[in-house]
Amino acid sequence: MSRQTSRIADPKKVNSELFNLTYGSLVSQLVKDYENPEDVNKNLDRMGYNIGIRIIEDFLARTNFPRCGDMRDAADKIQQAFKMYLGLNPSIGNWSGASDEFSLTFETTPFAEFVELPDSCSNLKYANILPGVIRGACEMVQIEVQSWIQQDTLKGDNVTEIRVRFIKKLEDAMPAGED
Amino acid sequence: MSTGGNYYFVIVGHHDNPLFEMDFSPTTKEVKKEDHSYLNQFIAHAALDLIDEHVWKTNNMYLKIVDKFNDWFVSAFITGSQIRFIMLHDCKNDDGIKSFFWEMFEMYIKYSMNPFYVQNTKIISPTFEKKSSLYGRKYLVG
Repeated sequence: MSRQTSRIADPKKVNSELFNLTYGSLVSQLVKDYENPEDVNKNLDRMGYNIGIRIIEDFLARTNFPRCGDMRDAADKIQQAFKMYLGLNPSIGNWSGASDEFSLTFETTPFAEFVELPDSCSNLKYANILPGVIRGACEMVQIEVQSWIQQDTLKGDNVTEIRVRFIKKLEDAMPAGED
Repeated sequence: MSTGGNYYFVIVGHHDNPLFEMDFSPTTKEVKKEDHSYLNQFIAHAALDLIDEHVWKTNNMYLKIVDKFNDWFVSAFITGSQIRFIMLHDCKNDDGIKSFFWEMFEMYIKYSMNPFYVQNTKIISPTFEKKSSLYGRKYLVG
């Protein structure tokens, strides 16, 4: 007699090709609109930030993880979030000396299944939405981080690496006029 | 003695514009004296009307030989989105050409899934060219 285990994954799945094509058309439309790849990078990061500040609630609701003790904990949770939402398995590594900076390494750039960057967009960071998501999500749990794409398979590197650096813990600021 | 084994491949878009062209010929010892590429384009262009007629006569994507011009045969392949692949050749090689067309079709599908590629524009990609010449050597000339 088998019992269906509780699934924390959403039963409504979407085809990954459709998702990649949707993201691809989003990026190519941004490229057409802004013409300057740097602006596109900034906007992707901003969009990721907006996603991050919302998705963190969903993540904590599904997983009920307690507060992270240090960055190693945080890195572990971020890795689990990638698995949960995107089915991706980045590896964690390249820790800095003070354990406040680490890398998430992917074999290929996420969402970039059929993508070849044209010459006009050689400094476009295709998956730049992801560092934004990480930044937004961490900010909502009072951790300020800096996150960026260090290596990109679309540009010829061996792996795609997103680097995350801890800046500071955010304290809730008291509004002016109150003690 | 016929000059066997020369092939001219072109992918034609919706506005009769060439998207991709490639020549294949057996490694000749002597250098070609004249460049007949304009003639190849002319023959391919002239065959377009016949291809459009043949499309409605069959369910297949591979249309076999649709036209003949002097020594050149014209074979064609049409994709779902009405992109035409045309092959000019001077000796019959049905199986090789069919396999080549199918491989080029797969490559075209993968290439057109690139969000940065605008349909009906020139295909500019070193990987695409490399793979085409590889398949050409494998199925056509080799």
